[in-house]
Amino acid sequence: MSRLDLKTVLGWVPTGSRVLDLGCGDGRFLQRLRDERGVIGVGVDIDPDKLVAAVGKGLDVIQEDINDGLRCFTTNRFDVVVLAHALQELTHPHVALQRMVDIAHEAIVSFPNFGHWSCRLHLGIKGKMPMSRAMPFHWYDTPNIHFCTVRDFESLCSALDIDIIERATIAGSAQNALGKWLPNLFASSAIYRIRRSGG
Amino acid sequence: MTAPSAEMSVGYVEPQVACFDSPFTFANGAVLERHELVYETYGKLSSAGDNAVLICHALSGSHHAAGLHSADDRRPGWWDLAIGPGKPIDTNRLFVVCSNNLGCCDGSSGPNTINPTTKEPWGGQFPQPQVSDWVRSQKQLAEYLGISQWAAVMGGSLGGMQALQWAVDFPDWVEHCVALAAAPGLTAQNIAFNEIARHAILSDPDWSEGNYLAQDKLPTRGVALARMVGHLTYMSADGMSDRFGRELREGGFAPGNNNEWVFQVESYLRHQGARFSTQFDANTYVLMTRALDLFDLASDHEGDLVTALSQAQASFLVASFSSDWRFPPQRSVEIRDALMAAGKSVTYANIDTDNGHDGFLLPNVTYEALLSQWMHRVGPS
Repeated sequence: MSRLDLKTVLGWVPTGSRVLDLGCGDGRFLQRLRDERGVIGVGVDIDPDKLVAAVGKGLDVIQEDINDGLRCFTTNRFDVVVLAHALQELTHPHVALQRMVDIAHEAIVSFPNFGHWSCRLHLGIKGKMPMSRAMPFHWYDTPNIHFCTVRDFESLCSALDIDIIERATIAGSAQNALGKWLPNLFASSAIYRIRRSGG
Repeated sequence: MTAPSAEMSVGYVEPQVACFDSPFTFANGAVLERHELVYETYGKLSSAGDNAVLICHALSGSHHAAGLHSADDRRPGWWDLAIGPGKPIDTNRLFVVCSNNLGCCDGSSGPNTINPTTKEPWGGQFPQPQVSDWVRSQKQLAEYLGISQWAAVMGGSLGGMQALQWAVDFPDWVEHCVALAAAPGLTAQNIAFNEIARHAILSDPDWSEGNYLAQDKLPTRGVALARMVGHLTYMSADGMSDRFGRELREGGFAPGNNNEWVFQVESYLRHQGARFSTQFDANTYVLMTRALDLFDLASDHEGDLVTALSQAQASFLVASFSSDWRFPPQRSVEIRDALMAAGKSVTYANIDTDNGHDGFLLPNVTYEALLSQWMHRVGPS
């Protein structure tokens, strides 16, 4: 997660809330949430080395594949569930989103926007799948199997009866205003607060 | 004595004996007028008493969890991998206690000790303990040692189940609980394997209705067979293939080679069985497997595991071992999920290994790192 994402998410997590961090990695972010916002956090990651690193920070971590359906978490177990820059790596992003808004009152999701003008340019002019510092993989070895655009994400939320509470966008400094105005074209990544409809 | 060569060893250790003169009543109603528990300790109890860690042993384990008894010892205690100065259960910081369960055969009152009434070995007359009995007897030991709370109670397999029982039965005693390769209760398959082991022992002509010691006999064939079956269930198929393959220890595959073939794996199992059959008491094996069969964490809580674990106040580390088919990862996941549903603090990992159920006793980089990192939260900071 970029520093800008982090700042936004930190601001959105209420002090003292119960937080589930999906794809928590080495627990760096959860540690900050605990130390700066006093949250009671649980992390989920599948990588054993990262898990051990998170355990070393005194965090509670569950080794689990998010793709397996997060069955160990009961409804409304958490106040907030965070999925930062991992949506595009999931086998069934729509299933995960539905589970997320079930196990927590609110979900925070961030992802790189594939509708960004540079991706479009790459595909449109070069005719090849975009590669950049933020997207360093080839199409055949990328863990990012489900890229989407800002517009794609919002249509999915609507189809799944998920309400969007708030949206923030990250764009290069000169494009900040453009990112807000035309996010699907100018946001390099997007961050959402969502919850189940009527929730 | 000076410490043995390895720098991270607790060195030479001496078992201690605690005598309890007040009657001990088992869950099944049986009463022992007096009994003894043998135990070992490593490290020093802090003046605040906030660094005591209890280790619970598995089926064939004992109080001898770490270090050596003498220079002649060929092998250190059963969990020397984890206990010692600078090791995951760091004796520079923690006071570690491990006791031989009541009814076992390594010095605590059990079938192979003398029944004060008859002046004969207890044999088959020793009361059948349950895991909750062991927990209560260990609580007496803690009080005897001046301990009023465990910074952690931990163990693998049966020891892990005992640690969970501790957390449920005496919530304010257990600050942290570690259950490795454990299960919330035994399955039909688990009980079946235990029954095969018991059947092997009870079928031995030297079993003598459990009174073999009084008759100066030992049902070694039965115990050896029980151990061979048991041992088989502690290893994984891949681990066995890696270790033994189809190698022959005796004989050959060439035509005309009609001598008796002994595969490496046969030789290994026979050796394990033979060694165990003279070291481990047959009655104890029967009692221990029965205690395992009877173990059901949920039974005193309307059969509901979540309700049972809701009692606990501890933070938990639950770990399973990917190739364990005795108590497969799924059983640990049941514990984990019930703990989550009960709103408890829990960390869970499934260690990727070919070591099978024995994984909690054997070296593995991830496992040792996990245990080591997790243990930092145990005891005074």
